[in-house]
Amino acid sequence: MAVHELEVSVRERDGVAILDLVGDVDSSAEAALQSAYDEATRERRPVVLNFSRADYINSTGIALIVGLLAQARARGVEITAFGLSDHYREIFEITRLADFMTIADNETGALGGAERSNHA
Amino acid sequence: MLTLTRPFRHRLLGRGRAADEVAATQPVPAAVAAPLEQPPVDIAPNDPLLAYLQSASGAVDIDALELDSPALGELKAAGVKLAVPLVSQGELIGVLNLGPRLSEQDYSSDDRKLLDNLAAQAAPALRVGQLVREQEAEAATRQRFEQELEVARLIQQNFLPKQLPDLPGWQVAAFYRPAREVGGDFYDVIPLPDGRVGFVVGDVTDKGVPAALVMSATRSVLRASAQRLIEPGVVLERVNELLCPDMPAKMFVTCLYGVLDPASGHLRFANAGHDLPYVKTAGGVVELRARGMPLGLMPGMAYEEKETVLAPGESVLLHSDGIVEAHDPDRGMFGFPRLKETVAGSPGGQALIDRVITELEAFTGAGAEQEDDITMVTLERSAGGAMVAGAQNGAVLADFELVSRPGNEREAIARVAGAVAGIGLDAARLERLKTAVGEATMNAMEHGSEYRADRPVSIRVLLSPERLSVQVTDLGGAAELRAGEEPDLEAKLAGEQTPRGWGLFLIEKMVDEANVTGEGGRRTLELVVYLQGDDDGGT
Repeated sequence: MAVHELEVSVRERDGVAILDLVGDVDSSAEAALQSAYDEATRERRPVVLNFSRADYINSTGIALIVGLLAQARARGVEITAFGLSDHYREIFEITRLADFMTIADNETGALGGAERSNHA
Repeated sequence: MLTLTRPFRHRLLGRGRAADEVAATQPVPAAVAAPLEQPPVDIAPNDPLLAYLQSASGAVDIDALELDSPALGELKAAGVKLAVPLVSQGELIGVLNLGPRLSEQDYSSDDRKLLDNLAAQAAPALRVGQLVREQEAEAATRQRFEQELEVARLIQQNFLPKQLPDLPGWQVAAFYRPAREVGGDFYDVIPLPDGRVGFVVGDVTDKGVPAALVMSATRSVLRASAQRLIEPGVVLERVNELLCPDMPAKMFVTCLYGVLDPASGHLRFANAGHDLPYVKTAGGVVELRARGMPLGLMPGMAYEEKETVLAPGESVLLHSDGIVEAHDPDRGMFGFPRLKETVAGSPGGQALIDRVITELEAFTGAGAEQEDDITMVTLERSAGGAMVAGAQNGAVLADFELVSRPGNEREAIARVAGAVAGIGLDAARLERLKTAVGEATMNAMEHGSEYRADRPVSIRVLLSPERLSVQVTDLGGAAELRAGEEPDLEAKLAGEQTPRGWGLFLIEKMVDEANVTGEGGRRTLELVVYLQGDDDGGT
């Protein structure tokens, strides 16, 4: 099975920073994820994680996301996720990550959630 | 009247070299000339006598000739008085040498005229004789060559397996077609202890009899070593040691050697510089890579040993370079990508062999002469056979080892997923199992084997009617596996705990049972999925 080191690009839409994750969310993803998060949160704005092209997430990847959530909570940044497969959505629920971030079905849903929380 | 004793020795190599090969004939005993018992005189190619005779208009008085010529000296010493050049189509093809006249008078002008006439008629006849001899020699060479090829073919065919083994749950097929100039291809199937079977495909550099002899030696040494040593890497190492001392210069042998356990599908293999085998899996075609130098080049070589498990429905193709190095009429090569594509688009076994041959013939064009030997061996594991056996007494669907290296858990996931592809797990349960296998393997590699290359992680997949079990074993010895207590997410988010520590927690949530056992320095984490009374287990 091919291993794809994670690449993360940041784009803005409706005042929200969207991080497109492409590749594997595992131990090799740490630097890419952190620098994209830093870039996205230079201004204080909601962050949306797009998992639709992240095919593999393991426990180390979960730990990285927990790390991001911890940083976000410390600064009051709202995090939303979308594009998770049923399987990884289940994992986000089992690990209770879903209790601390909004899980949307798609990008539009994620933006709606992010904007609401932005204006809240 | 005249006797040409050795008229055109050295003339068998063709007309173009005639001037280099001219031999002055033995002095000719004649009715009018005194008999001389002297050996023939050879004229060196750069001897000025050659040019002189070539351009002479007729019989030449040897005694009157003054040239810086060793041959001339020899002729004089031999008592030759007269030399008559034999010239055909402007080319000097021989010389008639005559001793002194019997009457002890000098040769008269009539004598000379007679000899010149004789030479003019003898030369073309001599030339015809030479041509006939040349052709006979060429025909003999050709025939010897054909006989050699026949010998090479016989040696080769004698050492190929007469029949292929009948392995329950497997289809084994082979194909061998020598090129006209018989290359050094070979394949072999070697029965081993415990029902295991060794598979060999090899290729000796060079062609014909030399290649066939090296091939037969390699095969014998391999057979003998395989019985005693079993591990493919060790076997090739031993074969290399045995071949090296006697290997002719510039020859070597590439060879792929694999040992299959038909019961589990476990294939261990090593490669001495041979083309990589292809495995057709549910997820695409993969190459079986293992490093090693060709056999017979250098002693002291080590051969990397790898292993894989052929899951039900998977098939492997061993092949020789006669396929990928075949050319089309425009000199384009068949190439690996095309072969890989053919493997991907074809069923396994004999059908795959047939497809490759069809593709190859379409590529090279009808009637093209085959450039090199073509050899293929395919092993195909039946899709359903293992399942039926498993329903009675538990089947091993996979059994393999992985080097402890970050990222190799992905290999474990892929292999296990391939092994269970046929058992009908629903998509969600398969995904959960894959996550559990990945986490268990990571845990074993990191904490048990500490990512050390000499501490591989072994994985077995067992199936019974009630349960699917995946056993992940490391060499962590007595090291305790921490219980999967629920991580405190609030504490992690507050920075009071490391964000890590999810692996075992996830494993327990993903499967119906997660059992840890330890024995003799080995530690096994068993993941169990219940197959009956489906309660959407795991969550």
